Amino acid sequence: MKKENKIWQVITASSLGTLIEWYDFYIFGSLATVIAGQFFPKTNPTAALLSTLATFAAGFIVRPFGALVFGRLGDLVGRKYTFLLTLVLMGGSTFAIGLVPSYESIGFAAPIIVLTLRLLQGLALGGEYGGAATYVAEHAPVGRRGYFTSWIQTTATLGLFVSLSVILFTRHSLDIDPAVSIAKFNAWGWRIPFLFSIVLVGVSIYIRLKMQESPLFSKLKSEGAISVNPLKESFGNKENLKMVLLALFGATMGQGVVWYTGQFYAQSFIENVCKIDFDQSRTILIWAILFGTPLFVVFGSWSDKIGRKWIMLAGMFLAVVTYKPLFKGLLDLSDTAPKTEVVAAATTKTNSVAVPNTQDFVRTITSKKSFTDGTELTTITTDTLYANASHITVKPVVKISKVLASGVYWKMVLIVFIMIVYVTMVYGPIAAFLVELFPTKIRYTSMSLPYHIGNGVFGGLTPFIATLLTTMYTADALAGLQYPIIVAAVSVIIGTLYLDSKINTKHD
Amino acid sequence: MNQIKKLAGIIWLLLGPACIYFIARAAAHEMATKPGIDTVIQWGVFVVIFIPIAIGMSIFGYYALKGEYNH
Repeated sequence: MKKENKIWQVITASSLGTLIEWYDFYIFGSLATVIAGQFFPKTNPTAALLSTLATFAAGFIVRPFGALVFGRLGDLVGRKYTFLLTLVLMGGSTFAIGLVPSYESIGFAAPIIVLTLRLLQGLALGGEYGGAATYVAEHAPVGRRGYFTSWIQTTATLGLFVSLSVILFTRHSLDIDPAVSIAKFNAWGWRIPFLFSIVLVGVSIYIRLKMQESPLFSKLKSEGAISVNPLKESFGNKENLKMVLLALFGATMGQGVVWYTGQFYAQSFIENVCKIDFDQSRTILIWAILFGTPLFVVFGSWSDKIGRKWIMLAGMFLAVVTYKPLFKGLLDLSDTAPKTEVVAAATTKTNSVAVPNTQDFVRTITSKKSFTDGTELTTITTDTLYANASHITVKPVVKISKVLASGVYWKMVLIVFIMIVYVTMVYGPIAAFLVELFPTKIRYTSMSLPYHIGNGVFGGLTPFIATLLTTMYTADALAGLQYPIIVAAVSVIIGTLYLDSKINTKHD
Repeated sequence: MNQIKKLAGIIWLLLGPACIYFIARAAAHEMATKPGIDTVIQWGVFVVIFIPIAIGMSIFGYYALKGEYNH
């Protein structure tokens, strides 16, 4: 009973901290547009350049680098203190972002400070996951690693869930008038989710400080058998390097794209391609995550019985063969063309505002349509009326926003839920799979790198490459799916051929 | 099965340079069509991060071809 209690303390301490780290990392991404307005004005090319660096460098370069730096530290000094350090680094950086004065107040110092803090966030995230997964796995009893580490696996998705929820709640609670509340959020309220992080981190640090070092690492240390040079032993030793490469190409690469497509790209697709309004595009994901999250534990636990390999590969395979019909389903559900319009309910409003020091006007036409199923379509067209009649706006700015009727909304939740199920299949067992692939003395280093290249680089690139593909093949709204489908398919083939399906019953 | 693993190793071995070629070509095309510091940074990061990964794919293919993953 005492041992059972201890493992739950370990899981709580590890999972809470990891969840907070994901929360911290996601709020920056989720608030990228608002942050860009505060710190990286587009009118200033250098500030805009720093913005691009913040987006790309933190996710793709610094995360794997953090995996190396903290992985090495974790194999040298221990898991407990290393992932405590990553938590302090992440929490401190996030809190500090919430305090940085805007570009208008302190000029260039603002984007440079924010960029530095964002890089520190990426570095910390690169070190956190491997430590938490290793720490839990090394406490878990024989044959239950899949089940116990799956709790850590829920944290990435729950971190996204918490970040979306906190942002939506804050955005709508700053004033009784929704429009005023959103304006306040964009002006200063966005800082609240960042500042809130320090409370979560404080609690998590307190809990983690009370924990003991991993028993397997302590045993190695007492025997004087810890690695002298974890980086060299991980990547300079052929026997270990070949397992690092197999983990990357046969598992984490496919896992990364399935993970990002099912959550981030799905949400982006619903908002930007299906044109569903800001709140609904996020609450659809929130519901799907809420229903899907328990499945991480189900698949993690199941992997203890039947092995990790086929559950992960089945998730990737299902993603490869069903992504196109699922995303086509989202597109069809949002299409208003086949719906019947309630003509009497249609409204059009025109508003013109004079452009200062000219005789020109900016005209905004807001057109609203309702459909018999309850869907509402708002089209806002903005153009310029020039005093000189020979000038016309070449390309008016058109913004479309749809609010879905309840039935259609829940059908979309169901489709995203199916994609989340794939995420839980590939992600639920992967911590146990990675932990068991490498020996204790270089485990932290060896598992962190393939995880962060797979999840951070292959997965993190999904929205960019998918968007790039849609700009290259403009006639096909589903062209962006080629990237995750091809990457996951390669991973399925490599995993099927080379991964071992036997169940690990050793406790090392 | 071991024979299939070895033969597939040739595909992975060649996939590495093919990826480097494809990414370098796409980067050059994007930089030429959309000149600007943003494009250079984005594609510069892609190229820098993907070349070592592509080399890793070739090493993986080499190991597979040598029968290192045979059971």
